[in-house]
Amino acid sequence: MERNLMKGNEALAEAAIRAGCKCFFGYPITPQTEISAYMAKRMPKVGGVFLQAESEIAAINMVYGCASSGIRCMTSSSSPGISLKSEGVSYIAGSDLPCVIINVMRGGPGLGGIQPSQSDYWQATRALGHGDFQVLVYAPSSVQEMADYVTKAFDMADKFRMPALILADGLLGQMMEPVTFADGEIKMSDASGKPWATCGHGNKRPHNIINSLYLQAEELEQHNIERFKRYELVKAECPEAESYLTDDADIVVAAYGSTARLARSAVDTARSRGIKAGLVRPITLWPFPDKQIKAACANAKRVLVTEMSMGQMVDDIKLAIECRLPVSFFGRTGGVIPKPSEILAQIVTLDEELKGE
Amino acid sequence: MNNENRENREIILAGFGGQGILFAGKMLAYFGLLGGREVSWLPSYGPEMRGGTANCSVCISDKPIGSPLVTEPNILIVMNNPSYDKFINAVAPDGLAIVDSSLVGARSDRKDINCVYVPATQMADENGLRGMANIILVGMLIKETGIASAEIIRKALEKIIPAAKKHLVESNMKAIELGMNS
Repeated sequence: MERNLMKGNEALAEAAIRAGCKCFFGYPITPQTEISAYMAKRMPKVGGVFLQAESEIAAINMVYGCASSGIRCMTSSSSPGISLKSEGVSYIAGSDLPCVIINVMRGGPGLGGIQPSQSDYWQATRALGHGDFQVLVYAPSSVQEMADYVTKAFDMADKFRMPALILADGLLGQMMEPVTFADGEIKMSDASGKPWATCGHGNKRPHNIINSLYLQAEELEQHNIERFKRYELVKAECPEAESYLTDDADIVVAAYGSTARLARSAVDTARSRGIKAGLVRPITLWPFPDKQIKAACANAKRVLVTEMSMGQMVDDIKLAIECRLPVSFFGRTGGVIPKPSEILAQIVTLDEELKGE
Repeated sequence: MNNENRENREIILAGFGGQGILFAGKMLAYFGLLGGREVSWLPSYGPEMRGGTANCSVCISDKPIGSPLVTEPNILIVMNNPSYDKFINAVAPDGLAIVDSSLVGARSDRKDINCVYVPATQMADENGLRGMANIILVGMLIKETGIASAEIIRKALEKIIPAAKKHLVESNMKAIELGMNS
């Protein structure tokens, strides 16, 4: 297979098209605009739709409509734009529709900055909108994974009839790396296999209704209970994590996305200095890979969480290891990228602590 | 130079927006890609690109690349004073710094690195290659490190120069040769 050198944003867009994403609704914002630009160029050539909406809110509501018809569709934005989309995401989740949403995170809150950040973790995993719902959250860590996980996001969104989010950041979006795509013709999706879709039926079946409004409390409660039963299946099937040198590690670093790359470099340097360090990298942020995290920390004495935020994943790590180990945190925020040497310094400090015990 | 040298490279290229810093970095990334190696290319992006400084990190390795962000380069290519001031002391010991001496007046007193000064911008102007000082510096990098074979250089140029601008392949080759022979 040919290795292409592509930006993360472009590789993700190409992979989405190859996954059968027929409609893309976007609105420009740094650092994800290359997704829109790529879709604008490619979609008309492959029989798909690229539409630049008048706002992020319009774009997510176009996704709502398109997803109702059973067609694979997507929108992308960066942090402030994702906040604008949150109402629409809640409606889509309330209507039990599949779609894919991309967040190439930048520093926040507010308009924030345009440099890479991971400060939307809580938003992605806890409250991408109001109401009783979750979205599947994938956190790729390379350009190849930007492509691979958008494909998976479409598949899982369809399987469980729920929105799936790719939580990337400006570093992953802007960097270029080699990426390969599976061979095969591009086939645009339709409503096949989706008996719930509102796609026209020529009076051959009762009509479908897509809706998130239930004025009878018991009826709404029942829909929510059904949805959460489905989430149990998601929790059983979807959690993913990668462990690196954790078997004999005294110190396990926990990091996701691009920060996991920086942490991996720090772990390698620590190992070269004789410090038993390892790395565990959650790939799904919801459902959180509790079992994998717990297994990776089984022989550890200290856990260091590192993120490009003020420490939003720390609680999930503590829960995953049932608070059995001391957990410390190191992060940079606001768009500042932590240096591997800074993460290494934290590992060295923990190692000295352990030696002193 | 027919056999490329397969050492690990952590490269920073830095200068003004418009000097082709990102393009030169992309060329280096393609050298690695076409050599069958792991590569990453990370640009600076943001307000500094509009007339201010631009830089990019390029990693080339035989192993999966951890951090794509280079903080201690073993190769630095630098094309303006602010970038020189910012990065010259970050170069790793035994590293290589290639400086466009038409634009950077300073000379480093570091004894632990190899500093090469090339009047690339002046050379470009004198040889009818205005705007290709970046490529002349890449030529010098190839000379100093053996980072790419002649075959890979040509393939990389054909890959990154769009078909509509095919005539630029030859002028880029000329710029690389100029750098390699200086």
